[in-house]
Amino acid sequence: MILAFGVWGYITVAWVVTFSVLGLYSAWILRRGRELSRDVPEDQRRWM
Amino acid sequence: MSLLGDARLVAAKDLRLERRSKVGLAQMLPFALLVLLLFAFALDPDRGVLDRATAGLFWVTVLFTAVLAVQRAFSVEVDDGVMDSLRLSGLAPAAIYLGKVAALVVQLAVLEVVLALGVVVLYHASLEGWPLLLAVAALSTLGIAAVGATYGVVAARLRQSSALLPLLLLPLLAPVLIAATRGSDVALGREAGGGWSWAALLGVFAVAYLGLGAALFRPLLEDT
Amino acid sequence: MTAPAPGSQLAATRVAPNSTGSTATRVLGTASLAGLAALAVFGLAISPSDAKLGETIRILYMHVPTVSVAYLAFVLTAVASAIYLWKRTEFWDLLAASSAEIGVVFFGLTIFNGMMWGKTTWGTYWEWEPRLVTTTVLFITYIGYLVVRTIPTEPRTRGTISAVIGLMAVVNIPITHKAVDWWRGLHQSGTVLGKVDPDMKGSQLFTTYLGLTTFLVLFAWLLIHRFRVAFLAERAAERGLQGAIAERRAEGGPAGGGTRP
Repeated sequence: MILAFGVWGYITVAWVVTFSVLGLYSAWILRRGRELSRDVPEDQRRWM
Repeated sequence: MSLLGDARLVAAKDLRLERRSKVGLAQMLPFALLVLLLFAFALDPDRGVLDRATAGLFWVTVLFTAVLAVQRAFSVEVDDGVMDSLRLSGLAPAAIYLGKVAALVVQLAVLEVVLALGVVVLYHASLEGWPLLLAVAALSTLGIAAVGATYGVVAARLRQSSALLPLLLLPLLAPVLIAATRGSDVALGREAGGGWSWAALLGVFAVAYLGLGAALFRPLLEDT
Repeated sequence: MTAPAPGSQLAATRVAPNSTGSTATRVLGTASLAGLAALAVFGLAISPSDAKLGETIRILYMHVPTVSVAYLAFVLTAVASAIYLWKRTEFWDLLAASSAEIGVVFFGLTIFNGMMWGKTTWGTYWEWEPRLVTTTVLFITYIGYLVVRTIPTEPRTRGTISAVIGLMAVVNIPITHKAVDWWRGLHQSGTVLGKVDPDMKGSQLFTTYLGLTTFLVLFAWLLIHRFRVAFLAERAAERGLQGAIAERRAEGGPAGGGTRP
C-alpha cells in the first residue's frame, strides 16, 4: 500500500521535473531571443 | 616513409628536450609514487583492499599522471611559439601528431614501469600473465597518448590546461580505465573471463583515436 | 553575412522582427504542446500498468524519449562539427553548439528520470548499472564541450576546437557503452532500458511512440530557437565590438589628426 503511493510519488516528480525543466529552458531561450532581437537590426537577421 | 620519418623526427625532438631538462620525469614520477602512497593511507594495507584493488589503483594513478604529462608536453610549445614554427615547418600535421603521440607513449611507458615496480614493492603485487598484461598496458598507453596529444593542443591553446584538461581527458578515458583494470585483473589471475576481449576493446579505442587525432591535427594546428 | 533578396527565403522560416519565432516554429511548437498533452493523458492515465514493471513504466515514458533525443542531438553535433571543419561557415558551428546544449539538458533529464525509476525499482537512487553509468560519463563529457564554448576566443578557434571535441566525444559513445556493458552488465539484472518489453502491445506501445515523436518535434522546435539565439548573440557581439572600435576612432580623429609627422 505504502509502496504504491511511493511509486506514484516518484512518477509525479519525474513528470513534473521533466516538464518544468523543459518549460524553463524553453522560456529562457525565447526570452533571450527577444532581448537579442532588440539589439540586432533588421538587415542583420537573416540566416541559413 | 616520410610520414613516419617526420613523426620520428618530432618524437625525437620532444624526447631529447625531456631528457635534457629532466623536468617532466622529475615531476611526474614523485607525483605518481605519492599517489600510490596516498591510496595506501586511505585504504589501509591491512584490510586486503589494496591487494584486491591493485590494478585499479595502478591505472587511476597512471591516468592522473598522464594528465600532468600531457600538460607539460604542450605548455612548453605554446609558450615558446614552437607551435608556429611547427606549423610553418612543412611537416605533415599527421606526422607531427604521431610524433607527439610517440613521445607521450615513451614517457608513459617509463612511468608505468616505475609504477609497476612501486606496486610490486608497496602493495606486494605479483606480476603474472605477462602477454595479456603487456598487451593491455601497451594498448591502454597508446589510447591515452592518442587522446592526450589531441586535447593537449586544445588545452594549451586555450591557456586553461590545469582546469580544463582533466575535464576533457578523463571522461573520454573512462572506457580505457575500465578495460585496463579488468584486463589487468584477468592477467593477474584475480578475475576469470575474457581478458583478451578487454585488450581488443583497448585496441579499438587506440586505433579510433589515433585515426581521428591524426585527421583532426591539421585544423587544430592551423586554427590555433 | 549580407542579406539575400527579400523574396528568396521560405515564407515559413521568415523570422519575426522582435523574436526568434517564425511560422515553422509556431507549427512545431503547437504540435509539441499537443503531443505533450496527449502524452500526459496516455502515459499517466490511459495506458495500463505493465505486467513486469508495474506503474514504473510511466517513468520510462519520459525516460526513453529524453535519452533518444539526447543521442540524436549529439550525433547531430558530430555531423555538424565535421561539416564545419570542411565548410567553415558559422551556420554549422552554431548548429553543433546548439544541438549539444539541448543534448546536455536532455541527458540531465534522462539521468534524473533514471534515478526516479531506480528508486521505485531498486529502492535506491543509484546503482552501478550500465545505462546510468554510461549516461553519466557521457553527460560529463558533453558538459566539457559546453565549458569550452564559454571560453573567450576568436570564433574560428572556438569553432575548430568545439568541432574537435564534438567528434572525439561522439566516437566515445559506442566504446563507453561496450566497456560499461561488459563491466556491469554481467553483474546486474533489471537495467533501465533493457526491460522495455518487446511484447509491449496496444496503448503502451502507442504511448512510447507518441513520446518519441513528441520529443522529436520538441527537439526540432528547441533547436531552431536555440540556433537563432546563438546567431543573434554572434551578431550582437560583433556590433558591440564594432561600436567600441568606432568610438575609439572617433576619440582619436580630430585631436590626433594634427600630430602626423
